[in-house]
Amino acid sequence: MWVLLGVGVVVAGFAARLNPLLIVAAAAIVTGIAAGLDLVATLAILGKAFRDNRYISVVWLILPLIGLLEREGLQERAKALIGRLKSATAGRLLLIYMVIRQGTAAIGLTSLGGHAQMVRPLIAPMAEAAAEAGDPDLTPASRDRVKAFAAATDNIGLFFGEDIFIAIASILLIKGFLEENGIVVEPLHLSMWAIPTAVLALVIHGTRLLLLDRRLAREAGR
Amino acid sequence: MIGLDVLYVLAGLLFAIYAVATLTDATNPKRFTSAAFWGLFATSFLAGSYLPDVVNGLILVGMALLAGFNLLGRGEHPQPVDKPVRAARWGNRLFIPALIPPVVTLLGTLTLKGVTVGGQPLVDPKQVTLISLGAGIVLATLVALVMFRASPAGATREGRRLMESVGWAGLLPQALAALGAVFAAGHVGDVIGDLATTWLPLGTPLAAVCAYTLGMALFTAIMGNAFAAFPVMTAAIGLPIVVGRFGGDPAIMGAIGMLSGFCGTLTTPMAANFNIVPAALLDLTDRYGVIKAQLPTALLLLLANTVLMYALVYRF
Repeated sequence: MWVLLGVGVVVAGFAARLNPLLIVAAAAIVTGIAAGLDLVATLAILGKAFRDNRYISVVWLILPLIGLLEREGLQERAKALIGRLKSATAGRLLLIYMVIRQGTAAIGLTSLGGHAQMVRPLIAPMAEAAAEAGDPDLTPASRDRVKAFAAATDNIGLFFGEDIFIAIASILLIKGFLEENGIVVEPLHLSMWAIPTAVLALVIHGTRLLLLDRRLAREAGR
Repeated sequence: MIGLDVLYVLAGLLFAIYAVATLTDATNPKRFTSAAFWGLFATSFLAGSYLPDVVNGLILVGMALLAGFNLLGRGEHPQPVDKPVRAARWGNRLFIPALIPPVVTLLGTLTLKGVTVGGQPLVDPKQVTLISLGAGIVLATLVALVMFRASPAGATREGRRLMESVGWAGLLPQALAALGAVFAAGHVGDVIGDLATTWLPLGTPLAAVCAYTLGMALFTAIMGNAFAAFPVMTAAIGLPIVVGRFGGDPAIMGAIGMLSGFCGTLTTPMAANFNIVPAALLDLTDRYGVIKAQLPTALLLLLANTVLMYALVYRF
């Protein structure tokens, strides 16, 4: 039961807005000690997993490329493209992106997207430009909201699209876990039951995107 | 065989360049401690495989202390003022280097798996996607260097500009994965699973479904990862109660259970690569801005998943 102290450190730390890296280190040490390990053993477990998960940070190799492209005006180009479309609004644009992201994820193309590769250089500037076209005096708060929605749309499209693909990690995890417990299911059967949620995700988040447009329009009229 | 080691060397060299450049960057008010941060990141990539586990742990703790005591700074990186002119000159050709990484990742993932050289697989079959992504990034960067007549030093300067704006958030997803391993060693999941079965009302088919979907979302929010929550909650509630006691369909339970976990992912700073990193990448004033944008969708969708599971799981 004491090991839950580590979870407590996480919750309290994030609530107090401490630096998340510091929270992680503190929570790991508290959990290890509470579980009866000594400090060295805890650091060893933490360090081994840290080393084994380096692949997660490999994505930062892309930053020199994105930086070079931004220097040559990639974001400005993306904005210019949107500026030409008179009917483009931030919400409609993100809705189209959501459909594409969800659709491509559903056929296994989860790498066509992502925050460093797609959202920062292309999608967020496009949504910003569309919002600016509707309201030249866009407030900083609204600008941040539009950018946050761009990131949110990428996540939601990915999460509720990928499970329709039969060979995605989460489907394989469900299949493997059920098999260990003596229940054999077909991946196709699992992915089929991901479709109703996928449709509802599109309806719910799509509606919110269109409501975002109304909110922006209301602010522009003020 | 090409494995992840190649990517680790590349990343290590890049972070080493950032560290040296930061050390000599007089515009960064915290250049010594910032250089130490990037230098530790480089060390982990270049030497992590050869260092004892404890030393790797100390590297993480050291980086956490530097970030936690606000010792990470940014240099000044003036951008050209004629960006719109440059953008107009390049036109849509600017999108070509941007699209190379996803396209190469896709093609590599589809084709490289079966390729062998002298009886050995060309790339590690378990890591095809990441290695294809790495290859795509390298190729695209080379194309961009030629196209813009930029120097490699110019590319790393731009990379450092962005890496500094991401800052400590760039390490957070990897650090959280390491925390997950400590949680697993401490059996945190089992304790929470026990608590859930002891305290949640599970007496009716509806209560069992609610406990399972809400439990998946909540536990995912704590762990930052639905994959960590799924085996625990499914072993505690999904299989024994929803399927075992009330005769629900295991495929529907599993599929919608996992998606309920994904709703939890949208709500938590523990899922840093989805929620905290983009806030840093997009320069949002509020670190939790992306989570706030996602919260209503996540809650409505969790409700929808609960209704869907109750309507479907006992019917098929």
